[in-house]
Amino acid sequence: MPHTLAEKILSHAAGRSVHAGELVVAPVDMAMAVDSIAPSIISILRHKLEARVRDPERVAVFIDHVAPAANVATADAQVAVRRFAAEEGISRLYDVGRGVCHQVMIEERLIQPGQIVLGSDSHSTSYGAIGAFGTGMGASDIAMAWASGYTWLRVPETIRIRARGRFRPGVGAKDLALHVARAIGSDGARYAAVEYAGLDELPLADRQTLACMTTEVGAKVGLIPPSGEVGRLFHAPDWLEEEWDSGQADLEVDLDQLVPLVAVPPAVDSVVEASALADVRVDVVFLGTCTNGRLKDLQTAARLLEGRRIARGVRMIVVPASSQVLAQAVSDGTLAKLLSSGATIGTPGCGPCIGRHMGVLGAGEVCVSTGNRNFRGRMGSPEARIYLASPAVAAATALAGHIADPRPLLAQEEPAHG
Amino acid sequence: MARVWKFGSHVDTDQIVPGRYAPYMTSEADLGRYAFIEARPEFAQQVRAGDLIVAGKNFGCGSSREYAPEALKAVGLGAIIAQSFARIFFRNALNLGIPTFEADWTDEIQDGEDATLDVEGARLITAHGTYALVPPPAFVRTIWREGSIVDYFRRYKRFPNEP
Repeated sequence: MPHTLAEKILSHAAGRSVHAGELVVAPVDMAMAVDSIAPSIISILRHKLEARVRDPERVAVFIDHVAPAANVATADAQVAVRRFAAEEGISRLYDVGRGVCHQVMIEERLIQPGQIVLGSDSHSTSYGAIGAFGTGMGASDIAMAWASGYTWLRVPETIRIRARGRFRPGVGAKDLALHVARAIGSDGARYAAVEYAGLDELPLADRQTLACMTTEVGAKVGLIPPSGEVGRLFHAPDWLEEEWDSGQADLEVDLDQLVPLVAVPPAVDSVVEASALADVRVDVVFLGTCTNGRLKDLQTAARLLEGRRIARGVRMIVVPASSQVLAQAVSDGTLAKLLSSGATIGTPGCGPCIGRHMGVLGAGEVCVSTGNRNFRGRMGSPEARIYLASPAVAAATALAGHIADPRPLLAQEEPAHG
Repeated sequence: MARVWKFGSHVDTDQIVPGRYAPYMTSEADLGRYAFIEARPEFAQQVRAGDLIVAGKNFGCGSSREYAPEALKAVGLGAIIAQSFARIFFRNALNLGIPTFEADWTDEIQDGEDATLDVEGARLITAHGTYALVPPPAFVRTIWREGSIVDYFRRYKRFPNEP
């Protein structure tokens, strides 16, 4: 029986041919942890497993979720995490300001296509952007992977999404991800592998957005074959490149037909066209996160904001996904455009996405976020409302003061035809 | 007798324990006090050991935070019966040894009902009927018997399904 892409990777890892539904024990190429969960992992490793890190070269630790520390509890925990890394000989500790784990893992080339990558953060499906089997797990699983170098996995069924055509101006990967959420539902890919096809031209940044968002439809892994830009930047092993069972698409998407979309709180799959929400006034626009905090995202927003002013009463908070993104945005002028329009900037990292610091929302506040979750209470008060959208919709919204479709602004920019 | 705590569909981890109440944020050792602190504040005050959560679809969606099921373990929850579970929550609950069952009849169970969970007999008994549960596979039973997957791993130095 032929293998899906997910089955092929797990068969290679397990050293035998496996198919959906089987349980495998597989070696882990990289297991990363973030500051908010690392203290629990360390406690399980040291006090329950009574073990040490077996191979520090296969471990990465990120201080990104509350960075810099917001209170004494987080500061103390970060001290303990740094001490642990030193004691275990973990050289890959990425401290305050380096950025969101999922972005830095890829920037630093810590992983490669075809590898098994675990993360203590649910959006570890992001590594599917380069064709790695990335999946999120809890503290116990990461602790056992650190102790042993192995994990157990149930081989997932595959849901195939095939795209054709090209995005229209003002439409992008986030709109595709929201369209998919609307089409299959927030549990539409529960326990499954999502496998995208037809996206060979898609840049790495957009693949990261798509792979990240597969978590929001319940997926275990979100794979995009390592073609195009990813094929040039990363090393895909020969066995991964060989033909696999790409089968019938479960969902076909015509990119030309997509329009700017928004997920209405409190569900990611409650998706409507941005133009239908013009009566929703906003207090905060947040541009950032592992989903949409990359240079391309900041550039998209800057292009719309350049020479314009953010609406009175709107706070626009920009948090670059990494220090590299920030440095590039400084050197190419993107940051100046954002700041000139009235946006402000936070330390690279997760920012206010998880409602712990750097822009916690109060009761009654409305936020348009380029992040991935709009659950009640996600960014602060359970009485705040979070709308999820692309960087282009976020920028257009910041200018209008209410949720806005970016396409009219883009149309204004087009040169007049004689 | 256990009390049924009934929940709807798509109960996310921010409802179970909001991120702001993470042990990382508070240094709080007693996680149980934060279970459903905002979504259902009476839960942590009134829940008793052995009580049951009965829910709709996709229970536990969202974050990888193991402290969400850990908070439910801390209050001594007997089991969670839902139409379906989100992937990471299911795995975390299994790893912690919290019994979970998927069942399609959860709409018939009311909040506040008294019920008896018969794990060995794989059934739930209430005043108005007996409901069948799918007996868990050996892999799952092994973890439950050992207490948690970490307990198993420490004892045997391998995973339950490893040859």
